Amino acid sequence: MNETLRNDAWLAAPILLPLLTALIASLLPDRARVRASLAGATATFVASAAVIAGVVRGGPGRHHLGGWGAPLGIDLYADGLTALMLAMTAVLGAAISVYATGYFHTARERRCFWPLWFVLWTGLNALFLTADLFNFYVTLEVVGLSAVALVAMEGGPLALTAAARYLFVAMMGSLVYMGGVALIYSQYGVLDLTLLHGRLGVGPVGRAALALMVVGLLAKTAVFPLHLWLPPAHSSAPAPVSAALSGLVVKGSFYILLRTSFSSFADSALAAIGPFLGVLGGLAVLWGSLQALTQDRLKLMVAYSTVAQIGYLFLLFPVAMPGAGDAAWQSKAYIAGIFHALSHAAAKGAMFMAAGAILHAVGRDDKNSLRGLGEKLPVATSAFAVAGVSIMALPPSGGFIAKWMMLVAAVRTGQWWWAPLMIGGGLLAAAYIFRMVKFMFFQPPASAAELHPIPRRLEFTALALALTALALGLASVYPLAVAAIGAPFPSNWFTESF
Amino acid sequence: MTSFDSLLPLLVLMTSLVTAVIIFALGEDRIRARTFVNLLGAVAKLALVGYMIWGLSQGRLFETRWPFMPQLDFVLRADSMTILFSTLSAGLWLLTTIYAIGYLEGSPNRRRFFGYFSLCVTSTMGISLAGNLITFFVFYELLTLTTYPLVVHRGTEKAVRAGSMYLRYTLAGSASMLAGMLWLYVIAGPFDFRAAGVLAPLGDSHRPQLIAIFALLVGGLGVKAAIVPLHKWLPTAMVAPAPVSALLHAVAVVKAGAFGIVRVVYDVYGAELARDLGVLTPLAAFAAITILYGSLRALAQDDFKRRLAFSTVSQVSYITLGVSLFGPMATMGGLVHLVHQGIMKITMFFAAGNAAEALGVHKISELDGVGRRLPGTMASFTIAALGMIGVPPLAGFVSKWYLGWGAAEAGQYWALGVLAASSLLNAAYFLPILYRAWFKPQRHPWPHEHPHSGRLEISWWLLFPPVATAALVLIAGLFAGHPFSPLSWVQIITRQEYPAPGLSD
Amino acid sequence: MSTAQLYLSTAVFLLVMGLYGVLVRPHLLRKITALNVMSAGLFLIFVAVAYRGPEAPPDPVPHAMVLTGIVISVSATAFGLLLIRRVLEVTGRAELAVEPEERTAANRQSVTGKRPSPRTEQRDARP
Repeated sequence: MNETLRNDAWLAAPILLPLLTALIASLLPDRARVRASLAGATATFVASAAVIAGVVRGGPGRHHLGGWGAPLGIDLYADGLTALMLAMTAVLGAAISVYATGYFHTARERRCFWPLWFVLWTGLNALFLTADLFNFYVTLEVVGLSAVALVAMEGGPLALTAAARYLFVAMMGSLVYMGGVALIYSQYGVLDLTLLHGRLGVGPVGRAALALMVVGLLAKTAVFPLHLWLPPAHSSAPAPVSAALSGLVVKGSFYILLRTSFSSFADSALAAIGPFLGVLGGLAVLWGSLQALTQDRLKLMVAYSTVAQIGYLFLLFPVAMPGAGDAAWQSKAYIAGIFHALSHAAAKGAMFMAAGAILHAVGRDDKNSLRGLGEKLPVATSAFAVAGVSIMALPPSGGFIAKWMMLVAAVRTGQWWWAPLMIGGGLLAAAYIFRMVKFMFFQPPASAAELHPIPRRLEFTALALALTALALGLASVYPLAVAAIGAPFPSNWFTESF
Repeated sequence: MTSFDSLLPLLVLMTSLVTAVIIFALGEDRIRARTFVNLLGAVAKLALVGYMIWGLSQGRLFETRWPFMPQLDFVLRADSMTILFSTLSAGLWLLTTIYAIGYLEGSPNRRRFFGYFSLCVTSTMGISLAGNLITFFVFYELLTLTTYPLVVHRGTEKAVRAGSMYLRYTLAGSASMLAGMLWLYVIAGPFDFRAAGVLAPLGDSHRPQLIAIFALLVGGLGVKAAIVPLHKWLPTAMVAPAPVSALLHAVAVVKAGAFGIVRVVYDVYGAELARDLGVLTPLAAFAAITILYGSLRALAQDDFKRRLAFSTVSQVSYITLGVSLFGPMATMGGLVHLVHQGIMKITMFFAAGNAAEALGVHKISELDGVGRRLPGTMASFTIAALGMIGVPPLAGFVSKWYLGWGAAEAGQYWALGVLAASSLLNAAYFLPILYRAWFKPQRHPWPHEHPHSGRLEISWWLLFPPVATAALVLIAGLFAGHPFSPLSWVQIITRQEYPAPGLSD
Repeated sequence: MSTAQLYLSTAVFLLVMGLYGVLVRPHLLRKITALNVMSAGLFLIFVAVAYRGPEAPPDPVPHAMVLTGIVISVSATAFGLLLIRRVLEVTGRAELAVEPEERTAANRQSVTGKRPSPRTEQRDARP
């Protein structure tokens, strides 16, 4: 079936361009570095758009790097899911790049940030375009190591210990994953996703392999109860890095799990693993939300909210797994999950950026220092509040669409018990977000101290992302249609039933 | 003209949405520009709604529709029910804006106030224009989010606490509504609101589910409609500035809840199916309890605004009562009260606001002799209060007349008793206010008299709105038979909801 | 015991030993070392997987993967060592002693300068 796919040499561009930018940015002097980086970000954005346009117009595409082809060579593959992940990375990546130009003050920070950030971007794009299990490992490591370095760049004791903890979890996660890959190779002799189609996880060795893979990925995605490393790492990184970590990096390992589950796992394996993942997701929703409710620092609260929101992503597995009931709705749960990842990226990116702007202007982000900021930093605080609407999954945001589709799918496939959890999780999110919003908008300022002036783009990038999360809700039909391109489900799902 | 017809509902929304955006973008101290934009938006909206009424009476269809999700559309459509609620919102928005401009003169955070105020009206208009449940829900949630900043506007400890309570109630309510909507969607698929309901074909096979869904939906809507025991947020929310109380209590929030109940009963279930399922009687019972409970609590309040708030709790349930007594006459009474209660109650809040603004009077025991000091204000209040009691020929009389007729027609004589008792209670808590204001001499100096020079008792901005709404109370009662009166629209709606003549038994 | 089995059991032994070290040993240097032991176990699995019988040449693909893995492992170790040095310089210890709960408290301390009294905390916790 590969032969019929169109060959698309563009697929390599979103990987090569940021890599090139990373190299250039590490060599140039300070002033030129920022300019070159922005140019690189633009180029990467355009390249991603080209790949997406190709998928939308021509369907899934494949490219054999250097003309080798599977099983020996490295294959790149892009379908609707890839396109959406690339779009998510491109939009958030562009926003982060713009934001970072205003965020970092010193030449040292800029020297650390720009090259690492483009390595991270390279890794993410490569991960989303990869078509075999071993290259997933390689790209995961590229993403993981650059992410750890970005967390550590702040240099304080908290950031460094958080980075070290993150490093160990990330390394162990990938090693465990890799162990699974080795067993799979011993069993099947191939690692290409399409060649493995529907075969993974049969027999004792196969099941052990799958278990290792899944556990490794769960640790990297910070799914409850393997999430402890995430809040310190995400909250002590600089704001643009936090946005990338919460918005994009955790989605990388989630993507691998999603991709392999529905293209390579045997139906029986998926059916066995689906409910387990769902339960972990449910616990993550509850635990993350309750923890977010008790945090006094804005960035920590946002980080715990990520733990909860990751939980929602995993609810798609039990609903979308084969044999769960209404076939049309399985595919909608799958697509709802993808859509949740998109709107979470936009909303969470906006929240971290707003928090960063506040931190820069006030110097602190504990909840008492938020008092009265609604008047002093109207754009940043509004961005936080608008992004909050999507995190609370209130209409008309992207978060609402994802949740509604997931809810209907859960009930239609006979798993109504996820519904109270999802609705309750929304209420908890409202509680922890309003707790902060209340301080920002409706409490008199704590002190008359002047704010540090901050570049306006810090606030406006956050607002733009928050509005993107909102707009995703009003124009959901287009991304949802893209998600269906090459989806591992019957193609007529989009019009089938309601 | 088709394209314009399909854009009109959106335009009606945009007039206030754009106003809100401009207000937020303008600086805090751009008072003149803000006032201009605000009034322009309000007038434009009223004009568009007027055009919509005219077009609708010519049989034109105004509908905006685009895909919200696969197989689920976002629908804004003007039907006769829409007209009822959107005319009320648009008209009262203009008046409340005028009032608020005068009331908040010189106070801080006015940009935020007027911005959210416009957003709040956008949500209300969206609720009235929503053509299906999911669209309704979108605006219903938006209303929660946009009214919260208004409730906590003053930023005091008390206000923030009231806001948190408001959020807890309303968000729990919307969770219930979401669950009901979800369930309904799963068994019935996507559908638009349609007169006489759309669920009739499911009536036999899904009886228990439909009853449970009705409970979830009305439970969720009942929070905003302040049905006992879900009403507690409303008196607490009285900490908000007077224009907010006026809008919240007269139009936006409570009416959104009541209007939602109307939509669910008539345009989702259909009155007949609802009666067959046996869900109307418990709803009527809740409404009756709320009517009596609200009135009894109102009696005991000395705080002016709190008394009005409990009176609202009571009065809004007249709408629910009318809806839940099966039969065209009761329906007419309930629906027309949607408008009538709106104009009466907003007059009262304007008057209470004036007393507080001009004299610093917040308590009923301090009202002695207010009538002589604020004659225009108190005359308006008197008309509204007499209307609430049900004195002919005022608006409230029309509502009560049809409700009573409907109760008798439906053979629910106990409802007549509730109406009579409630009217007596209304008299018992409103007449003392009138007595104090007009017939008692002023005993103490006013608590905090606001110096005001000018020929009027208070600034024009504050006097005009209550006088205008009081006039409306009178007109709506006197000219109830005119083809563009609220009652006539309600007649049209009722004819659609009960298609077969003589259906009421 | 066949050669492949010998390789595999050694590999598992190394993996378990490494895992134990990473999880239990507090000192960061020991953790890094343990991670390397784990990687060695993993690479051994690949080496074993490449075995295709006494006559046939071994499968080159797993070998290529091991090479890639070694490169990644070396860079990660170098990076980890550097990070540990920084941690040691800044905190004075090469351990992850700060537990997540203490960490939030420490965070709060570092941000506000003093711990808020339990009373205010309680009041603020109200939604």
